[in-house]
Amino acid sequence: MTDLTSLTLAEARSELASGAITSVELTGAYVAAIEAANASINAYVAVTSEQALEMAKASDARRASGQTGALEGIPLGIKDLYATEGVHTQACSHILDGFQPRYESTVTANLWADGAVMLGKLNMDEFAMGSSNESSYYGPVINPWRAEGSTADLVPGGSSGGSAAAVAANLCVAATATDTGGSIRQPAAFTGTVGIKPTYGRCSRWGIVAFASSLDQAGPITRDVRDAAIMLKSMASVDDKDTTSVDLPVPDYEASLGQSVKGLKIGIPREYRVEGMPAEIEALWQQGIAWLKDAGAEIVDIELPHTKYALPAYYIVAPAEASSNLARYDGVRYGLREQGRDITDMYEKTRAAGFGTEVKRRIMIGTYVLSAGYYDAYYLRAQKVRTLIKRDFETAFHDGIDAILTPATPSSAFGIADQEMAADPVKMYLNDIFTVTVNMAGLPGLSVPAGRCAKGLPLGLQLIGRPFEEETLFRTAHVIEQAAGRFSPSKWW
Amino acid sequence: MSVDLATVKRVARLARIAVTEEEAARMEDELNTILGFVEHLSEVDVDGVEPMTSVTPMAMKKRRDVVTDGSKADDIVGNAPETADNFFLVPKVME
Repeated sequence: MTDLTSLTLAEARSELASGAITSVELTGAYVAAIEAANASINAYVAVTSEQALEMAKASDARRASGQTGALEGIPLGIKDLYATEGVHTQACSHILDGFQPRYESTVTANLWADGAVMLGKLNMDEFAMGSSNESSYYGPVINPWRAEGSTADLVPGGSSGGSAAAVAANLCVAATATDTGGSIRQPAAFTGTVGIKPTYGRCSRWGIVAFASSLDQAGPITRDVRDAAIMLKSMASVDDKDTTSVDLPVPDYEASLGQSVKGLKIGIPREYRVEGMPAEIEALWQQGIAWLKDAGAEIVDIELPHTKYALPAYYIVAPAEASSNLARYDGVRYGLREQGRDITDMYEKTRAAGFGTEVKRRIMIGTYVLSAGYYDAYYLRAQKVRTLIKRDFETAFHDGIDAILTPATPSSAFGIADQEMAADPVKMYLNDIFTVTVNMAGLPGLSVPAGRCAKGLPLGLQLIGRPFEEETLFRTAHVIEQAAGRFSPSKWW
Repeated sequence: MSVDLATVKRVARLARIAVTEEEAARMEDELNTILGFVEHLSEVDVDGVEPMTSVTPMAMKKRRDVVTDGSKADDIVGNAPETADNFFLVPKVME
């Protein structure tokens, strides 16, 4: 019998439907795989094996009685940012020590309603702030990929590093993730997996620990494009509990796979050809262009003139919103409390002990740019620049562009404890240079594996779409996937 | 614009994060690096540009002003570090 954990979601779905396997067998295989691998990969911060096997048993019983949901019996990993009732939910921060919510996030509730099984909670950068998963209180995640001929540990990207590593190492069929500036697409690119950040408002943010509310979006990380389409269909919904949830029906994304891209206009923004970009990234991009051209798409050079201002604007808007969102961690209502001589001292000691270095840095920046006298110079200006960034995209779409093709990241996965990045926070921030514009404009963006670097590590291409036209992204990404093939690491763990 | 050590300490106070002298000095450098990076925005002509308030053109949904939830005091204090009779306990704030 083939290894059950190597099946894609679509494959597992058909094996379950035909009765060839049960959810208990599939879930059991994953529980065993996690037990064997987690000490090396550190993708899970909490494994809910017993609950998983119970959910699997219940799923098999539902199937026997003829009731099957879209994800019936499929074992999933959940990013630690999602509130899961009675289960470890800490955004991988020390300040949420012991927090077990009394409620379930809308997205995970949708997954369980569709029959999915929860394997546990996945590691991530603390409060989703980071691009390497090294800011987690639970330690870094190790990328299942290694450079050819090397045993050096690499980062899986971040913030959804646990999600990406777990999917790539076959430690869950698929995973939930979130993306504020690239946190789904960059780790997907670093691990040879597929990740989509849908349009802002497509997935409910209710019950997802807030980082930067105007930028945060939930989305899946999966083994292939079809699986991403299946996952997004179940995750997305219209939700009265999130005022920014959009009142639009959720399409059947899977149906868009296999549709031709003939005649689609694919924009190539020249501003994404950044200074110092490695030749292999440029070559990957050209390869992607060639594949889409061969498939009948029309390639059009476009301009997105405000691209270079997206990252600086992001590092005002995101910390500003974070400083406000993270004000709630005060040692009173949940999580950690350090004793102090009075209430202010208690707050200050609790937050000093509970937040990690990167989180403190962003709270400080956010507090500063929102403080009296600086609001107009920083925050208001950044929000105006954001309008200009969005306008660039609107102009391109107005001119008939259906989707935009760019590299997903400026490099392949880098090493754990990279000295240059540790010395200069801005260097780490530059990882999101190609992805952050999409969050600033609220658009959908998908990262699909498209090749390998000289060291044999996976590289991804990004597709950016019009608002709520995720179907175009799935359809186009499927064409790239068909041409590029799939990418799996050789098992060393 | 850049920050000095006194500003770092003032901002830390506003953010309710205790910092040691050493941390404050390190943060001064880091914050100035980041502020130097975001300084690029000053080159952009934003005259007459509306600041973004919502990425999707939508009116904020408002629910009806009725009670739809409640009687969950146990759940609400369930994760608190210190409670008594469904109240959150904090250090004394008045003499």
